Amino acid sequence: MARSEPERVLLAHGGGGQLTSQLIRTLILPHLNNDPLSELGDSARLELESTSICLTTDSYVVKPLFFHGGDIGKLAVCGTINDLAVAGSRPLALTLSLIIEDGFEMGLLERILQSIGQTARQNNVSVVTGDTKTVERGSADALFINTAGIGIRLPGVNPGLDRIALGDRILLNGTIGDHGMTIMSQREGIGFESQLASDCAALADLTCMLFQRTGGVKFMRDATRGGLAAVLNEIVEGAKVGIEIRDADIPVKPSVQAAADMLGFDVLNIANEGKFVAIVSPQTADACLELCRNHPLGRDAALIGEVVASQGVPLVELRTKIGGRRIVQMPYGRELPRIC
Amino acid sequence: MPRQWLKDATNTGMSTMCLAIPARIVELVDDRAMVDAMGNRFKAKTTLLPDVKLGDVVLVHAGFAIARVDEEEARKTWELFAEIEDFEKTQNRVSG
Amino acid sequence: MLDRIAKAQQQINEACRTLGRPIVVMEVCGTHTVAIFRSGIRSTLPEGLKLLSGPGCPVCVTDQGYIDAVLELAERDDCIVATYGDMIRVPGKAGSLETCATTADVRVVLSSEDALQLARDNADKTVVFIAVGFETTAPASAVVVKEAAREGIENFCILSGHKLILPAMRALLGGMNDRVDAFLCPGHVSVIIGAGAFAEIVNDFGRPCVVAGFEPLQIIEALAEICRQLSNGKAELKSIYNAVVTEQGNVAAQRIITECFDAADGYWRGLGKIAKSTLVLKEEYRRFDAFARFALSDEPGEDLRGCRCGEVLCGLIEPMQCALFGTRCTPSKPIGPCMVSSEGTCAAWYKYGRRS
Repeated sequence: MARSEPERVLLAHGGGGQLTSQLIRTLILPHLNNDPLSELGDSARLELESTSICLTTDSYVVKPLFFHGGDIGKLAVCGTINDLAVAGSRPLALTLSLIIEDGFEMGLLERILQSIGQTARQNNVSVVTGDTKTVERGSADALFINTAGIGIRLPGVNPGLDRIALGDRILLNGTIGDHGMTIMSQREGIGFESQLASDCAALADLTCMLFQRTGGVKFMRDATRGGLAAVLNEIVEGAKVGIEIRDADIPVKPSVQAAADMLGFDVLNIANEGKFVAIVSPQTADACLELCRNHPLGRDAALIGEVVASQGVPLVELRTKIGGRRIVQMPYGRELPRIC
Repeated sequence: MPRQWLKDATNTGMSTMCLAIPARIVELVDDRAMVDAMGNRFKAKTTLLPDVKLGDVVLVHAGFAIARVDEEEARKTWELFAEIEDFEKTQNRVSG
Repeated sequence: MLDRIAKAQQQINEACRTLGRPIVVMEVCGTHTVAIFRSGIRSTLPEGLKLLSGPGCPVCVTDQGYIDAVLELAERDDCIVATYGDMIRVPGKAGSLETCATTADVRVVLSSEDALQLARDNADKTVVFIAVGFETTAPASAVVVKEAAREGIENFCILSGHKLILPAMRALLGGMNDRVDAFLCPGHVSVIIGAGAFAEIVNDFGRPCVVAGFEPLQIIEALAEICRQLSNGKAELKSIYNAVVTEQGNVAAQRIITECFDAADGYWRGLGKIAKSTLVLKEEYRRFDAFARFALSDEPGEDLRGCRCGEVLCGLIEPMQCALFGTRCTPSKPIGPCMVSSEGTCAAWYKYGRRS
């Protein structure tokens, strides 16, 4: 039977009627196929092996929709997986909500759904339920996605700010600034052609290994908006400690640094989509580093600093390459918009 | 359409004023050049450097090349320059 | 490089010990301000060596009157305001370019060429390019004015706020702040005007002047040279940024500046009126002068209440001595340009230094 699909998404595709049904069956299901989803019930019914779960949600409004190293679909899956992963859980299932602007190209939507499906499959998660809405032209910029995710908490794993202690080491799984600078360079007007690529990746495999095999991970957070600087400042604020990091130990790709220098950005403040910061015990630090470096998503991992006593105001201090010191503040002002 | 993102981005403390970075000229037609800074390519005008040639490394500021970089001298005094040469030779992925 | 840095640091310590009195070195370049902070150099310098920031941030030294003129232009329906990013958040009497951007057409550009292109693409509006910056940036404005003249792009003009650094240095030493012992000279301004331009500071005021780039090694070696000179009772001109700076500078760039601009008396925040310190478009390019086209006043405006940016810019006080610093004046709610501009002294202190 020939598929008589319009080339563009119409408002009617979100109406809940025939066109919605058609969209789901011909475009969405084929890419995301799994049992709970294919029931197309109002809710997905899941049997979980444990009642200790993590639940998270995130919305994705990145612009441009497609960028070197990924797209909004891949991002929507990885971002939510990572939120579950750093909390010490094994991601299991996602919801997928689409808000599509009237007139959005069907072909692009298909590419994004394909990307979502592929990313989910590669990372052993299923998109079990979803929603599709359409809005008038001008009410949304092309496409917005929301995903919520459930993960099963790893037994015996309890990361938390309260577990952080003096002497703990700071582990970063790779180069910083890649995602943010890639987005910046591809947005209209910069005129770059570059080798920059987003580091967009799902980290659950690596994080689960770290949590379970070393027993030394006290706390973990992914370094998205606000970058490394934001995460470290959140940690000192929340745990009432100080942090010292060393500039020379922070991995940065030369092309990312050059792009940042050109545009006046500080790589410490730039968003990442495949990087986490882990606070690990000094006894297990080397083992954690080794484990990361043996994993494709941690090849450039580094131990970049320590947790120290806070002297009054909790601060993040950077030891510069020349042996000087300076403070790393929480990035202030509005962050780069539409970065994730 | 206004470059909204750039307008917003300046709130993060972005400075465009005195920033000048070294980049190699990889294309040159009249005073319109394409330059390469560690793999990032962008346009720059060479109006202020009438004698500059393809392959020269120049200092680019606000879209204009303002000086030719003396590579010999730069090698001696610029840590960044050593990194540039390293990058160009080995396409080295990670520094720091 | 690290061993050279260690050596230079040693030289600095020795020279300061020999000298036995506190020294004040001033840098007059916003990029140096930021570079010094980001590299943490201050924390490695001996007690007796004080590093001050001067009037080197072009946005910061732009007086209130100019800012109000920019906002006046932004209000106009027939104008597109094209500006470098740094100007967007500078507060005027009635908000900033950022806050009025909901009603006004304000575009951030990375190059003056982008501004000219806007004029080509928007024939029904007048594009006004907010031309702020020292000698490093002035040539970029001159190039597009000439281009506009050549191509007959009449819906383009510039609001020139370009300033010259040497008159400001002279004004400082001549009255505002003569406690400066030596200058760390701006690397990229020197690319244009030549290291030799600073000879008059050495000759007329007996202050050592060293031109340096922006990497930590450059800055530290420059400080070592300065300290060495001071401890030997010398005052010389030296450049260590020879990778890009020559004695005579970029002659083509200098030529294009003098082709399009005259040096005129102008107002600097903090330093007041300085003779022949700002660039004004020459008569033959007057039609591209936004001041003339829109009959804008170039009189100085009133500084915002309590703001001590002027004193910070002369190196008379450090940011923490301003009552508003970190309390009512922060990067997210700035009162003066020194806190707004990413090269502003107050912004740098706030961002990289301890607050208490």
